[in-house]
Amino acid sequence: MSANFNTWTSQAMAVLSFELRKFRSGRKWVFPVLLALGPISLATMLFIFGTRPPDNSEITQVFAVMFQTFMLRLMVMFGCALVFAGLYRGDMVTKTMHFYMLTPTRRDVLVAGKYIAGLLITSTLYCISVGATNIILHSVNGSAVAQSHFFEGPGLGQLINYLAIVVLACLGYGSVFMLTGFLFKNPAIPAAFVLVWESANVFLPAALKQISVVHYLQSIIPVPIPFGPFAVITAPASVFTSVFGLTVFTVAVLFINAHMMRKAEINYSAE
Amino acid sequence: MSGANASPTGRSHQEMPAQDQIVFTDVSKFYGEVLGVNKINLKIAPGITSLVGPNGSGKTTLMNLMTGLIRPTRGVIEVLGTRVDDPENFYRKVGYCTQFDTFPKGVTGIGLISSLLRLHGLNKKEAEARAWKAIEQARMTEAAERRIAGYSKGMRQRVKLALALAHQPSVLVLDEPLNGLDPMARAESIALFEKLAEQGLFVIVSSHILHELDVISDTVVMMSNGYIVAEGEIQDVREEMSEHPIGIIVRCDQPAVFASRAFNENHVVEIKINDDGGGVLIRTRSADQLYALINQTVLELGLTIEGVIPIDEDVHSIYTYLIGSNGAGRL
Repeated sequence: MSANFNTWTSQAMAVLSFELRKFRSGRKWVFPVLLALGPISLATMLFIFGTRPPDNSEITQVFAVMFQTFMLRLMVMFGCALVFAGLYRGDMVTKTMHFYMLTPTRRDVLVAGKYIAGLLITSTLYCISVGATNIILHSVNGSAVAQSHFFEGPGLGQLINYLAIVVLACLGYGSVFMLTGFLFKNPAIPAAFVLVWESANVFLPAALKQISVVHYLQSIIPVPIPFGPFAVITAPASVFTSVFGLTVFTVAVLFINAHMMRKAEINYSAE
Repeated sequence: MSGANASPTGRSHQEMPAQDQIVFTDVSKFYGEVLGVNKINLKIAPGITSLVGPNGSGKTTLMNLMTGLIRPTRGVIEVLGTRVDDPENFYRKVGYCTQFDTFPKGVTGIGLISSLLRLHGLNKKEAEARAWKAIEQARMTEAAERRIAGYSKGMRQRVKLALALAHQPSVLVLDEPLNGLDPMARAESIALFEKLAEQGLFVIVSSHILHELDVISDTVVMMSNGYIVAEGEIQDVREEMSEHPIGIIVRCDQPAVFASRAFNENHVVEIKINDDGGGVLIRTRSADQLYALINQTVLELGLTIEGVIPIDEDVHSIYTYLIGSNGAGRL
């Protein structure tokens, strides 16, 4: 069992390494990286040209709005769709999936390796983006104010929360978008549906709200923001429920992914 | 139709246990309502097996089934006692040089092979050593560190061959491996296949370049419209086709004398003396009886035989007889 586990681990790492190499060498990185650069560029513009809010609490509120509306619901979600949906479907479209399928690798190990690669790429890109944007915005009134915010005020705790949300979002969305890659020849349509569903989450009835990743992330959001008069207010899930629920959800979806991979055939002419 | 198949080890299919062979049992594959292959019952022994048939006859489907890239709609395939449901064992035994001419972007030849060898559980150093060995076998050493995107068709074909060989499989499945290779490279590849078969490997090859495979094939599997129409050693398949006489040219010093002797034999259906007067073309239903007649005539009449040349004992001729001119025309 231990020998098997070592083999599976080394195979998953080999898949991870190959996927990272493919991500770097091809042009797959362009759009996910541009998405990550979006908020950083916006924050930099504000830093250089924008009016400077008088205190950090206002900046914190600006960042909270930016995070929930643009970063979480657009950057992370869209970035995950681009990266994860392509992990299987991309290889089918480029007719390169058979290279993996002809290796003595358990199909679930293959799914795990690809998923970890996607998670590493999206988490790294979007954590850097969120972290850098947060730091740039909080530095508009000078480094002394920023240091005070991060090391004497709530800044560092909030930042860690935001980064944790990004990782959890990548975890949840990643598994969903990877599945859309298996289920649909053109994953753009289901991905668009997920994007709309998750974006409209605040306006959905309480029962439907719970069928979304973003709902479970709400309880960890350090700074809540108002979504206007049409938003449906529901009690957020506890932190434990959110993290545990998302993890169980992710594992369940990955299990389905592994099942799909076991049944997968290489028939490129049908693509 | 099936000949008495013997492997290079000298054992027939019937004598070999199933776990030492590739076995198709009542295998069919349908793509929706389109037939891929139907009711395939086949046993393949070590040595070189050629798959022959026109486009759409089911060769690639059979190879994809054999290597687990597609699953049969019905039936069972076992490769050396292993099924594709057990990929960890199955793909250690099988190497497949596919017809797909696509590669991940940005990778080099050596990079692709060593990366994929890591999935066989090898560490980086072992994977690189094995990859270089396979690259050398496929004679790609000079271009190995260049990106595959810049390779010629022949170089891409060699990289695929190196990849299929790299993990030292027992079964090597090669779908049109000679495509895009220049004559020298084709000769080198064929020599490599022969060498691997001599080492006891199963080498299953499909190719349009039949006359080159003819010489080295131990067994031939002929396909048409998703069915196997003949299978066995090439001479056996030919001999079983009694309704299609074999043409044999006998080059000798007294062709008219030999022609008159042959004329009395029941198995001979056509005799024609060559225009140059140096030989005679005889069509016979029994090559063995004709060869016996040649020996007898030499002994009795003292003929000097310069050569005995079967003119249609090749895969193409047999295929033409079996499938007809339309099928053979697309070979």
